[in-house]
Amino acid sequence: MNRLDFVDVLPVSQSYKRKSDLSSFEYSYKAEITSVYSLTDTEKLYQIRIVDSEQRNHFTFKPGQFVMLELPGIGEGPFSISSSPTRHGDIELCIRAVGNMTKFLSKVPRGTQVGISGPFGTSFPVEEMENSDLLLIAGGLGIVPLRAPLFSVLENRSRYKQIDIIYGARNPSELLFTYQYQMWRQFDINLEIIVDQADADWQGPVGLITEILKKRIEAAGNDLSKNTYAIVCGPPVMFHFVCDMLINAQLPMQKIFVSLERRMHCGRGKCCRCNIGATYTCLDGPVFDYWSVLNMKEAI
Amino acid sequence: MLFKVFPRNELETLYDVLAGYHLVGPQVRAKDRGGQDIFAFDYIHSFAELRLDFTSTVHSLKRFLLPPRENLSSFNLDNSGWEKNVDLGIYKPHVFFGLHPCDINALNKLDKVLTGSVYPDPFYTGKRKNMFIIGVNCSPQPWCFCKSMGTDTVLSGFDMFLTDLGDKYFVEIQSAIAYDILMELPIAEPTETDHRRFVELMDERNSKFSCQVDNSDLTKILDLEFQSPVWQEWGKKCMSCGTCANVCPTCYCYGVKEYVDLDLAGATKQRHLYSCNLIDFAMVSGGHNFRPESSDRLKYRYYHKHRGFQEAYEESLCVGCGRCGQACLAGITVPDVIDSVRRQEVSK
Repeated sequence: MNRLDFVDVLPVSQSYKRKSDLSSFEYSYKAEITSVYSLTDTEKLYQIRIVDSEQRNHFTFKPGQFVMLELPGIGEGPFSISSSPTRHGDIELCIRAVGNMTKFLSKVPRGTQVGISGPFGTSFPVEEMENSDLLLIAGGLGIVPLRAPLFSVLENRSRYKQIDIIYGARNPSELLFTYQYQMWRQFDINLEIIVDQADADWQGPVGLITEILKKRIEAAGNDLSKNTYAIVCGPPVMFHFVCDMLINAQLPMQKIFVSLERRMHCGRGKCCRCNIGATYTCLDGPVFDYWSVLNMKEAI
Repeated sequence: MLFKVFPRNELETLYDVLAGYHLVGPQVRAKDRGGQDIFAFDYIHSFAELRLDFTSTVHSLKRFLLPPRENLSSFNLDNSGWEKNVDLGIYKPHVFFGLHPCDINALNKLDKVLTGSVYPDPFYTGKRKNMFIIGVNCSPQPWCFCKSMGTDTVLSGFDMFLTDLGDKYFVEIQSAIAYDILMELPIAEPTETDHRRFVELMDERNSKFSCQVDNSDLTKILDLEFQSPVWQEWGKKCMSCGTCANVCPTCYCYGVKEYVDLDLAGATKQRHLYSCNLIDFAMVSGGHNFRPESSDRLKYRYYHKHRGFQEAYEESLCVGCGRCGQACLAGITVPDVIDSVRRQEVSK
């Protein structure tokens, strides 16, 4: 009478994670928020360390990938890793307090234990970009996913040629990572910042990000066809304008990379919340080249 | 595949052999306004409840594999931190007695996503590995378009498959366990007459499919007509209630929520099945909605089923069971929508 035996699919020891293991589905690393910096009124930079040292050292990610951050009992959400890949499981996440979970997170003290799973998704091909000029274009929170490839590039500065960062924000008080601008410039990076609305202290240019980009493209003789890569991150409306300008300047579309935002509930290609058409942003993205973006309906 | 026959009145013996397990099958739940039986998959407690002659169930058997709410993990919380526990919640193998080809095909399609090589879902896989499936041939209903979707027959994903030949059951055997179980019955080799009777019955069944969908070049047409005003028309009809996803055997989208216990000593992470037609399906924190209109969401639903899944797995995610059309409060059916996209007009 026991012909149908119970088949247990999970091994007894829920060890860790390979993508193909059934135990990787609900596995999260225990991590600790080691410090919190307030960057603006709404954004904070969280330094998060995986508690177990072996797991921490084994944790590797590529620039552009994201993690699912879990606050037990509160919620879970996807966040781009904003720190250098060489720092393994000592990661930095820059998070705007805007939803239930992120507002709760903005109030927790350092030392709080959180869950981290991942890394998930595709990355910016920083190695393929070597020996080229780089255009990093960010609008608003878009600077956050862009910071990981930026760190990679800074750590290998000799392998890249001219690097431009064009960063736009609504107003000066919303600029992120202001304390690092000096350092970036010391690495021989042209950092141009533009705001929509200036305040009394603002010395820089006022307007849209496309104005700076236009000057940069003109300086290159309206021809970006050779040896240039671009990374574009920002609000959906920005992609159209910026990417069109780059295409018009003859930058091949497979050399333009974007990072897309979508709602996600699993990060593992199951819940379908992040689907664009039927492309899972969590598996095939968040980093797409512009050809893939054009090839997907309703992507931007 | 092995074929056998056994006398019709021995079906109860088969039931008795399996009755010690959790046994799920089609049974009558109620009568509709027209006096017709309404069927549902549920636990069967006596042979008399089992109705293998059922037409179609309102709900698929999804609740046994992808429950509307399912705990993914729980947490013990204290001041120093938390511990996470994962409980798959399966305790006993289940026997599914009487699944139509469309429903077995639906499971095969779900397997592609949920037990695949990348992040297989242990909750689904655990239940799936503990299933013993007895399929049964159906009689096509006016809303069934499985023939168009290629899911009117099934080649794998079951242990045994029964076809009623009148005085006996013709059984296709696909697993050693099924063979072993059938040894308890007076099974016999099918005769030439049985073969012919089986083929005749299949021909007769094939002639009864009345509902059709033209799927030719559908993936390209869906791309071409992405901006078509036809979608707006359907969007006006759709009430964004998500009933279609509720009854669909292959809709697996979900959302995750976490709950803290009242005593703050524990927490639960729960997933609940969702529908891409619900308004906040693609809304991100901060309020931006990637699909704000009901037409966007309805279009996405078709796009995922008939275009995206096709791209990923060379087959449609729809099995043509027609449940969504039967359940839709606005009377939107898959054949109508696809037909209108092809013809670029919505019939009133």
